[in-house]
Amino acid sequence: MRMKIGLFVPCYIDAFYPGVGIATLELLERLGQDVTYPQEQTCCGQPMTNAGCVSDSAAAEALFVRLFAGFDAIVMPSGSCTHHVRAHFDAIEQTDAVRHVRAHTYELVEFLHDVLKVRDFPWAEFPHTVGLHNSCSSLRALRTASMSELGEPAFSKPMTLLSGVKGIRFATPARPDECCGFGGTFSVSEEAVSARMGLDKVRDHHQAGAEYIVSADSSCMMHQRGCAERAGVNIRFIHIAEILNGARQ
Amino acid sequence: MKEKPINHAGAAATFIADKPHLDFHDARLWDMRQKRDAQMHLLPEWQELRSRASAIKEHALANLADYLEEFERNAKRNGIHVHWAADGTEHNRIVAEILAARGARTLIKSKSMVTEECDLRSYLAARGVTVTETDLGERIQQLDDQLPSHIVVPSVHKLTEDVARIFARHYGTDPNADDPHQLAEAQRLAARPVILHADAGMTGGNFFVAETGTFVVCTNEGNADLSATVPGVHIATIGIERVVPRMADLGVFIRLLSRSALGSPITQYTSHFRGPQDGSEMHVILVDNGRSARLGMDDFWTSLKCIRCGACMNTCPVYRRSGGLSYGAVYSGPIGAIIDPTFNERKYSTLPYASTLNGSCTNVCPVKINIHEQLFKWRQVLVEHHQMPFVKREIMHMAGKLMGQPKLYRAAIAGTETALGTLPRFALYNWLNPWGKNRELPEPVTETFHSWYRRNRPAAKPGKLDIAENTP
Repeated sequence: MRMKIGLFVPCYIDAFYPGVGIATLELLERLGQDVTYPQEQTCCGQPMTNAGCVSDSAAAEALFVRLFAGFDAIVMPSGSCTHHVRAHFDAIEQTDAVRHVRAHTYELVEFLHDVLKVRDFPWAEFPHTVGLHNSCSSLRALRTASMSELGEPAFSKPMTLLSGVKGIRFATPARPDECCGFGGTFSVSEEAVSARMGLDKVRDHHQAGAEYIVSADSSCMMHQRGCAERAGVNIRFIHIAEILNGARQ
Repeated sequence: MKEKPINHAGAAATFIADKPHLDFHDARLWDMRQKRDAQMHLLPEWQELRSRASAIKEHALANLADYLEEFERNAKRNGIHVHWAADGTEHNRIVAEILAARGARTLIKSKSMVTEECDLRSYLAARGVTVTETDLGERIQQLDDQLPSHIVVPSVHKLTEDVARIFARHYGTDPNADDPHQLAEAQRLAARPVILHADAGMTGGNFFVAETGTFVVCTNEGNADLSATVPGVHIATIGIERVVPRMADLGVFIRLLSRSALGSPITQYTSHFRGPQDGSEMHVILVDNGRSARLGMDDFWTSLKCIRCGACMNTCPVYRRSGGLSYGAVYSGPIGAIIDPTFNERKYSTLPYASTLNGSCTNVCPVKINIHEQLFKWRQVLVEHHQMPFVKREIMHMAGKLMGQPKLYRAAIAGTETALGTLPRFALYNWLNPWGKNRELPEPVTETFHSWYRRNRPAAKPGKLDIAENTP
């Protein structure tokens, strides 16, 4: 199924982790999709809305809808941005275009898993032990994996995808569902708690034997990487798009 | 002068700097969360219980006035005196009057968050009544003159060595003897004579039942039963939201309460109070203290479903690493952060931001309060009510404007300094500075995704606006 896909690359990925955007684009193209990156894109509006400043998200949301309303699907390598578009795009009038955008926006993992239903990544090989970090948006809002608090039958869309990669091994941290403490502006307004949570998170993965932390959310990893580097915890970070696209490290 | 908001972040930083306390606190509460999970796995009907508990509470709250009056009628028939307190002051006055009418000078009491809300102890102290908390953790907090830091385990932020020092000060015990059994024994020895000679006793109430006019107190130490039955007068203070319609409803809540709280199947004592013993009296004070107003708040009324199990605190990664006292309020943790602003919006305006909105609290809540969504909503209310600090408000305003203008945005990403308009740079940087205190910054890149795309997909149209190239 070839779809007309609009690629949204979140601001921090654009600025700090361009490789994640490139991997997402290449992976979707490799899977035969017609992908366009609208170049005037900025931000989904999440930082303002999460701070409570809903009206300040209006301009970003309006621009987003203008750029993406014409696509069959809007895909982004970020759980929290997806959650914002889908659940919190409330600063603007709910036109047909807005409703279309909200209903057709996907986080990369769920798009691959649920829409394209890809299971094998024959070009990918990652002979390393990885610890999977699900962002809270991916886990509890988008529900890409089962949540430990609910005692529901175990499932994990990112794990299912990664299982299609040759050579990969998984480490299981003691508190897999614990938030890493990024939390957007929380990371600066509650610096001490945020950094402590991040440190605990990377140590948990490290003690479980992970060489890499892999996640569908670069924002969590930007924070975790900062905590690990400062504390000298020897662990590396990689976005799930990069592994699925065949990154060799 | 306007009241200053609680500095949660600052208090949390102080708590985190004390490694032994932090490590114990986090591990102890996480252990409670894990025990709760284990109990949940033993009950296949767990989610069904949560749904029922939520539905019963919503029904009771939607018909609150009727059930309260039904309770009053039936309780009176059982020989219970029923009092109504609109706020903390009225509550305290009622207690003082009951005590004064009987010449009571000493009061023993078990744990009650409502009496903390009302600040009962200091009110009575000023009127010459000696109040003794009989719950071990609550007694420790009373002796140390602190609020409970957790609604179920009030002194969980303390180590045994802290308790040994406090007991040494008040009971004359060895300040270095921090064996928990010895400490519990010291408390028992100090409390028993007080209990035996108290003029009046007081408890809280976990639930009260409209159809029977009775109420239930759930504890683990047996102290509530002593407080209620040893003196001839038992006063029970209960928030009006704790009503359940029928006796049959109780089973749902009793099964959820201790499993959610401590991860034990049931509390050691689940005591049903049906009326006074011969020759003694029983009073129930039903306290509003802001609850009716909360019931009228469209986005927040379901917070009244809370059964005070503390599961949201135990699972909260922020609470575990900041300690309950950092919230500066009677109610701490996630549930506190959505209730406290209803008492004082300005003072507690920082608490809804003491969260990453991760949602674990909502998932463990036995009565399905959408806690993290209410935290999210509170932020909007606080901004609307001008409770956000000026600099942060301005940053959000400027960022919002910038995000609507692709050209300016590109320039900002490229690092030019036209970006944030009129906001003074020092203010912006002061606000963002904390990132680097315990974390490295991301490494600078040679090329953004945007310019990589323009280079590698030259056929793609850049869009209607003439977007400036953003890398040299």
